Amino acid sequence: MGAKLDRAASGTANYVDERTSIGGFVKFFARKIFPDHWSFMLGEIALYSFIILLLSGVFLTAFYVPSMTEVHYEGPFATMHGVEMTEAFASTLKTSFEVPGGLLIRQIHHWSALLFIAAILVHMCRVFFTGAFRKPRELNWLVGFTLFVLGLAAGFTGYSLPDDVLSGNGLRIIDGIIKGVPLIGTYTSYWLFGGEYPGVDIIPRLFTAHILLVPGLILALIALHLFLVFLHKHTQYPGGGRSHRNVVGLPLFPVYTAKAGGFFFVVFGIVALVASVFTINPVWNYGPYDPSPVSAGTQPDWYILFVDGLLRMWPGWLFGLPTEWELWGYTLSLNIILPAVIVPALFFGIIALYPWIEAWATGDRGEKHVLDRPRNVPVRTGIGVAFIVFYVLLVIEGSNDIVANLFHLSLNDITIFMQWAIFLLPPLAFWITKRICLGLQRKDRELVLHGHETGTIVRYEHGEYVEVHEPLDAQETWLRVSYENYTPLEIEPERNDHGVARNGYRWDRFKQRLSRFYFEERIEPVTPAELEAARHHHGGASAHGKSDAAEAESADKRLDAEWNELDGDAKK
Amino acid sequence: MSAPDNNHEHDSTTDPANGHENPGLPYHRPRRADQDPKADKKAERQVAALFGISILGTVIALWAYFSMNDADPGEVSEIQQVNMWIGLGLFLAMIGIGLGAIHWAKSLMRDHEMVEERHELRSSDESREGAIQHLKDGATDSGLGGVKRRGVLKGSLITALAIAPLAVLVPQIGNMGADWNVSKFRHTMWGPGVRLARDPDGALIRAADVTIGSVFHVIPDGLNDLDHHYLLQEKAKAVVLLVRLDPQDLNLQEGREDWSFDGIVAYSKICTHVGCPVALYEQQTHHLLCPCHQSTFDVANGAKVVFGPAKRPLPQLPIAVDDEGYIVAQADFDEPIGPSYWDRLKGGDSVPADTSEEGGH
Repeated sequence: MGAKLDRAASGTANYVDERTSIGGFVKFFARKIFPDHWSFMLGEIALYSFIILLLSGVFLTAFYVPSMTEVHYEGPFATMHGVEMTEAFASTLKTSFEVPGGLLIRQIHHWSALLFIAAILVHMCRVFFTGAFRKPRELNWLVGFTLFVLGLAAGFTGYSLPDDVLSGNGLRIIDGIIKGVPLIGTYTSYWLFGGEYPGVDIIPRLFTAHILLVPGLILALIALHLFLVFLHKHTQYPGGGRSHRNVVGLPLFPVYTAKAGGFFFVVFGIVALVASVFTINPVWNYGPYDPSPVSAGTQPDWYILFVDGLLRMWPGWLFGLPTEWELWGYTLSLNIILPAVIVPALFFGIIALYPWIEAWATGDRGEKHVLDRPRNVPVRTGIGVAFIVFYVLLVIEGSNDIVANLFHLSLNDITIFMQWAIFLLPPLAFWITKRICLGLQRKDRELVLHGHETGTIVRYEHGEYVEVHEPLDAQETWLRVSYENYTPLEIEPERNDHGVARNGYRWDRFKQRLSRFYFEERIEPVTPAELEAARHHHGGASAHGKSDAAEAESADKRLDAEWNELDGDAKK
Repeated sequence: MSAPDNNHEHDSTTDPANGHENPGLPYHRPRRADQDPKADKKAERQVAALFGISILGTVIALWAYFSMNDADPGEVSEIQQVNMWIGLGLFLAMIGIGLGAIHWAKSLMRDHEMVEERHELRSSDESREGAIQHLKDGATDSGLGGVKRRGVLKGSLITALAIAPLAVLVPQIGNMGADWNVSKFRHTMWGPGVRLARDPDGALIRAADVTIGSVFHVIPDGLNDLDHHYLLQEKAKAVVLLVRLDPQDLNLQEGREDWSFDGIVAYSKICTHVGCPVALYEQQTHHLLCPCHQSTFDVANGAKVVFGPAKRPLPQLPIAVDDEGYIVAQADFDEPIGPSYWDRLKGGDSVPADTSEEGGH
């Protein structure tokens, strides 16, 4: 850098700092340490796909017309000539066919929306399974959860904007669900659509929600989410030198500026690649919205599938009893509100509140900055896998017609299977996962106490065969012994010495039950005494074994050499 | 809250060492570029090459935009090709920068980990006390804290703040629902003598045209003359499926014996579950299937639900044949079509809004 440039830079810095005191800010942020792990990129993918959504969305608003005014298509796409459609659909066709690059940007926008929700979900899984939601991050978990819900809202409002047959039918399903809500459903539908479905107001209203309300909220919450990440400092995986009191990693500037900044371009590049070679949502094949036609095999965007699966799965008649009731002249559609409103609300509610549920069970009030290995919290990991199985079953049921077609199965059989599986498989998944985790913990104990198998077998003079074990080094041992070893909560008795019942006993009792569910069955980490005893016991054997092994190896080599010599002679 | 003893056990931020000693940071292995100037130079060249690929990508995207501008917008494949080339250019432009930056960071920037201490998030007791004192002082300054309670002032302020949004929200919400005449859900364009027409061209249907086993997608005659807006609104309620079965297969429903004509029956096409069009007819079984959530209705038995999430049969449109041989409706549906809603069975024909509705359109 030349002296002139230096002067210019310091002049600018001085100018800005004198007016903003940004210096302190830069000093605080520039060399902030972030730990490194591939799984920390998942949230970044969500953030970057949102930025891509904003960029491509701005492009699209330049051409899209959010209007339900009727037009006759006069554009170049011959199939649609003279067809009546809304301006929304016509402008979508125009963006696709008459704006060079418009189709690409539409596809980038749609693909990155799909990626956005997927990345949020996978990121949530990472946070869940590693326990990154524990104190002090419970509130940030809630912020992230809200972002997930807003992501669904953004996806849904955007999906309807082209006003094609598919999205119109999707809207009609939403209308049907809203109408199913007791008391207010009918009027809510009227309020949303500005009268009877479909009306002329819904597209402009969804447009405002899609480009202003929802993304505005998402931006604000992303800012809060990242602010809290900075405030808390990032969590780190367990390992030597890492503790709840420090953070080990590399500085924001330059390492993460380059890595994370570069990663934005990688995500954008991959989305661009996918968008340029894989068609998505070819609305010109579907045609404009018409309430009459619909075809088999039509699917909503993937993130809506779980609600659709619930709707498909919930029977109108259960063991001969209706699930839609007429009570005092009013209609209560349990076949709609249970699958489409109540079950999703419970599912989301448990996810949102999970950090507190687990905190009740541990009774731990400390800050947790070192992540858990999923195996070390078998019940949590089991719950997580059970939730994933539940969700995936619903997604499969939400595309049961495609599945039936693909695997030549009966559609009805799939649904009946799912109706049972949704109750049976998640608990089974919980149990299996918990067993696997406990097994892995036992394996860890075994490794710490007895070391790695080396594959070298030695035979003692007295005829005994043993395998030589290599003891773990300090880093390997530390990884396997340093985890929270919670035991079930112990609570004070219901009555004190004077036989007076105390307040809050029932709440404590609940937490104790919860705690037992979590920690009754557990594998204790190896204690230093156990380790010492094992080392001592094996130490002799191992040293002994090692010398034997070395001896055996040299004998092996000698025999090999002799054999080679003989072999060489024979060849001659 | 749980017993205080219990909390103390885990209260401090202890490391879960379980009695073991933290071995400290693992040995840091230097990279080749840290030690070998040749490897360092090589990595630098690789990074520059990646940035070069990005520049090339931008050129490709611009070239595709300008050189393919004459693609025929009527040809989907040509349009897709232009977009693909712009997209591939964009892909290279982006991935080049991204991989270049990451490679730079991984091979040339510092990779020896650093340690930063954390501090408990809780503010110190001192600043907590200070904060509380400030709030107390503020409350006293406002006259709300301290000796004077000023209950009326507080109550009136809270009430005013709570209801002030209504001045905007009520008009907003009130206007968004237009006329709020939800009894419109009960009525469709069908009525005595309205002829059945084919969807979408509007051709009238003679009973003689409907052969056994055939299915017609039907709209009311005159629907296509409506304004687009009302057309969609009415069509969303009025679409009907017309099916002719062998009269021997058709089990007439009690009280509806004269609603069909020689094996021809007409049912609402809107599913009673959440309102998708029930568009798939299976001739062999006489079943109608909704493709959205697979509710299945048996046309031979009053469109009763045989599978899936719907509970109620599809509403039946009573039909007859007029003097000229065209199929006509005898009346409107006798129940609201489509998904169930809370007050579906309420607000019968006596609602005065009905009369004004006719002229309203």
